[in-house]
Amino acid sequence: MTLSRRTFLAAASAALVVPRIALAQPGAGRVVIIGGGFGGASAARFARDHFPALDVTLIERSRTFTTCPYGNLVLAGRRTIESITFGYDRLAARGVRVLNQSVTAVDPAAKRVRLADGTEVPYDRLVMSPGIDLRWGAIEGYDEAASARMPHGWSPSLQPITLLRRQLEEMPDGGTFVMAIPDNPFRCPPGPYERISMVAEYLKRAKPRSKLIALDAKNGFSKQPLFQDAWEELYPGIVEWRGASSDGRVMRVHPATMEVETEFGEKLKGDVVNVIPPQMAARIARDAGLVNQSGWCPVKPATFESAQVDGIWVLGDATIAAPMPKSGFAASSHAKHAIACIAASLAGRAPPPATLFNTCYSHVGPDYGISIVGVYRPGPTSLVEVEGSGGISPRNATMTPERRQQHRQLEALYADGWYASITNEMFG
Amino acid sequence: MMLRVLLPCLLLAAAPALAQALDPVLLAGACQGCHGVAGQGSHGIPQIKDAQSRAEFVALMQAFRANQREATVMGRITRGYTDEQITVLATHFARAQ
Repeated sequence: MTLSRRTFLAAASAALVVPRIALAQPGAGRVVIIGGGFGGASAARFARDHFPALDVTLIERSRTFTTCPYGNLVLAGRRTIESITFGYDRLAARGVRVLNQSVTAVDPAAKRVRLADGTEVPYDRLVMSPGIDLRWGAIEGYDEAASARMPHGWSPSLQPITLLRRQLEEMPDGGTFVMAIPDNPFRCPPGPYERISMVAEYLKRAKPRSKLIALDAKNGFSKQPLFQDAWEELYPGIVEWRGASSDGRVMRVHPATMEVETEFGEKLKGDVVNVIPPQMAARIARDAGLVNQSGWCPVKPATFESAQVDGIWVLGDATIAAPMPKSGFAASSHAKHAIACIAASLAGRAPPPATLFNTCYSHVGPDYGISIVGVYRPGPTSLVEVEGSGGISPRNATMTPERRQQHRQLEALYADGWYASITNEMFG
Repeated sequence: MMLRVLLPCLLLAAAPALAQALDPVLLAGACQGCHGVAGQGSHGIPQIKDAQSRAEFVALMQAFRANQREATVMGRITRGYTDEQITVLATHFARAQ
């Protein structure tokens, strides 16, 4: 039996989510946000706080969100997974309609989003902050099954960091922790190096005869001089980092024997093997036609509207926003700007001037934090860094020993402050 | 220093016109990431809401920008913002005078 078009349309319209507010007031409109991470949750909160004429719906498949930031502290045993996991109740109490559903399709022509239960959600402006998918198979042998033995610990929605934590705890003293780190671009550029630091701290404390070997598919990384100074100072003899030119690129993995194999065929065996695989924009962004051949979503740098599909604003790690990094803070900055642009477009005004902003803190030891800052404005084809601004924390050699200790201590404290502030903004 | 002389004039003469071009709420959104959604601060990060007058706020940002005041991240941040933007932020965050 085939459903007639008329019957289908009647059924579809019966399932429409009806907006709560009248659309008569100036600048009013239905804003639907897909994805409840740093981009989506920040967008929802910012819209509710500053643009009361907007009717805001947040669609997120999970009832809770575990942050990637501070996951490395869970790995080191300094935080619990519960302390980095949040719910959407407060956003709902602020007037955001939260739908805990999977999105099955986006129809930009009809301006509707279809959910797994068949509901269709109409929108005037769509925001997508879909996050990332891992490229299974990009490293030969590294598929979802392999990740149970060789955890990635990189996307909490796929695998909790606690799996890697358990393996680290079970590792014998004198064991080897092997890490594979991908080439750019990937989520959280300093993340693997904060992870090296946090694992090394745990090993030094609990399993001092152990080693960490990090195999990297590139030759340089975020905050590199600061991390390498700290490893030498805090974890001598524990951390070995190998870049691409020192045969650091992992080409295939052998989960049965817990080995990774490099470009030149060297096999390294780990007691724990952490593989952070190459990544791409999440499926829903690919299905909606937002990605280009790179697997990521190009956006108009002045507004964060998709460069490929009109009426959809794209935020966060899924976007091509370089030189902005794929970070939670960056996603929240994209979110606020995109919401302001959307509000302006609904009110018939020009978009506001864009200043995008990011600060990423990393913990490298107890009371030892470092940071990178960036301030960005839109250029003709991409964002550009504001000249003379931003950069990384000063290196050890540039400071007196007293100032150095104070600086690292303050940045560790401020990292905690940033985390408390931004998670409170999204979920508090 | 020329800038010091100019800034109070900027504050008085140009702030209302600038506030239309620049969105203070949007600019302040960057500060909130660390200083809190209400500018209340956290874990040693200073509060910025109601903490100072507009002139004090501008002077502090200028000092950060010129490396005349010890900072962790604020020097690197303020060097990315123009006088206009700092003036708009000062008006947004400063306590009523």
